[in-house]
Amino acid sequence: MSARTSGGAGEEREATAPLGRPRSERAVTISDAGFYLVLIVISLTYLLLIVSMLAADFAFMARETGSAAGQGPIAAALAEPKIRYSIWLSMTSCTLSAILSLWVAVPLGYLISRYPFFGRNLVDAIIDIPIVLPPLVVGLSLLILFQFWPFRLLAREIVYQVPAVVLAQFAVACAFAVRTMKTTFDHIDPRCEQVARSLGCTRLQAFGWVVLPEARRGMTTAFTLAWARSLGEFGPLLIFAGATRMKTEVLSTTVFLEMNVGDIAAAVAVSLIMVAAAIVVLIIARLWGTREGLL
Amino acid sequence: MILLENVSIRAGGFSLENVTVEVPSRQYGVLMGKTGSGKTTILESIIGLRPVLRGRIWLCGTDVTEMKPALRGIGYVPQDGALFSTMTVRDQIALALYVRRVKPAAIGRRVAELAEMLGITDLLDRMPKGLSGGERQRVALGRALSFQPSVLCLDEPLSALDEETRQQMYSLVKRVREQTGVTALHVTHSREEAEQLADCVFRLEEGRVGRIDKTV
Repeated sequence: MSARTSGGAGEEREATAPLGRPRSERAVTISDAGFYLVLIVISLTYLLLIVSMLAADFAFMARETGSAAGQGPIAAALAEPKIRYSIWLSMTSCTLSAILSLWVAVPLGYLISRYPFFGRNLVDAIIDIPIVLPPLVVGLSLLILFQFWPFRLLAREIVYQVPAVVLAQFAVACAFAVRTMKTTFDHIDPRCEQVARSLGCTRLQAFGWVVLPEARRGMTTAFTLAWARSLGEFGPLLIFAGATRMKTEVLSTTVFLEMNVGDIAAAVAVSLIMVAAAIVVLIIARLWGTREGLL
Repeated sequence: MILLENVSIRAGGFSLENVTVEVPSRQYGVLMGKTGSGKTTILESIIGLRPVLRGRIWLCGTDVTEMKPALRGIGYVPQDGALFSTMTVRDQIALALYVRRVKPAAIGRRVAELAEMLGITDLLDRMPKGLSGGERQRVALGRALSFQPSVLCLDEPLSALDEETRQQMYSLVKRVREQTGVTALHVTHSREEAEQLADCVFRLEEGRVGRIDKTV
């Protein structure tokens, strides 16, 4: 289309004319619909995969419960003292490692978020190591670490004992908690702390009264994430804490041990117990950490 | 009095050299300059949030150059109010008094007095979420004035407000000045704010500060 030049005396001259031609209304509508369709199909595919996996577990369990002569596999699993111990150890160790992770993640996340100290990028990269390292390597590295002084002095009390469970969970879970807390502090306006300091607060008071309450939601997320990572921890536990029944066996090891002896029903039952525990923690965390509710 | 004597500051990619600003006691100084010219950097140095490379900063006859922000006793009103999102308006205003270990009854009286002066009595039990721009700035002003500072620093406090609210804030700031006698430095890029409020105007251009006539 070319610019229209002035014609008659009463006709206004247009300075510029649009270049090219817009697409037809139908083409735009079809393109937009296609865009939304692709978004929805791809998202639904993944959501369907997650829901189907869980549904399959429940369907399998329902079938096994129906065909079982006596009690169903979940009831049978819950009746077993060794599985009850493994549930107890899982809940205790996960909570302990999540609390420890939060204690480390809050100061460390704050430090790397707020202070541009020399070597900050290096510290930031080191925190990523447990996240990217293969889990088995984490376990093996812990095992090797306890052959050296001063860790060697505590090896008898820790390696292949209950503290090893918590330490192996903490080693990985803490990195996720630190990442979450750093992002949380990055999103809190430093101006608020500066105002608090101008009002007479020490750095600790500004942190405790102004920053920490604002970081509550992030702390809940960090705790939940650390707890969930700890619940799913398996490789490092197997190497560093072993899989001794009634001693260092947690739910993930139970699934492995039950699969090893060919008892798939028991393995699925324990998996569903883990799913239930994870859902309960998720609900509690969301209710406590946000005022927006679950949906 | 607020006095900056040949102050040099480095911030990020730029530096300010030999900045000298003097706001006499009980006067309202306005520091003008374009966005990114370093106005806020100067204010941060006065408050103690940014170290200076050279020069001295004096507040009411005391050299505060090396002093921590908590000890300088400056009321600070940042650009968007920077209210503490987890505290009620009452608690925000009371914080400085609480830190200074003022007795609860006296804190209550001071909060009520300030709320009355700033017209925020009805907001005292509200959280900052949902407050309008003008209300946020009033609360920020109340928080900064709570401990009766002799120096007030305001960083573009009116820039995000609509015309009507800004006019109301001019009257409010003038009233606060009359009632408190505070020495203030107000940073802005708005000529109108300078005309409305200033006793003395400074212009920051290319890293240098010049005092100019009030009629900007």
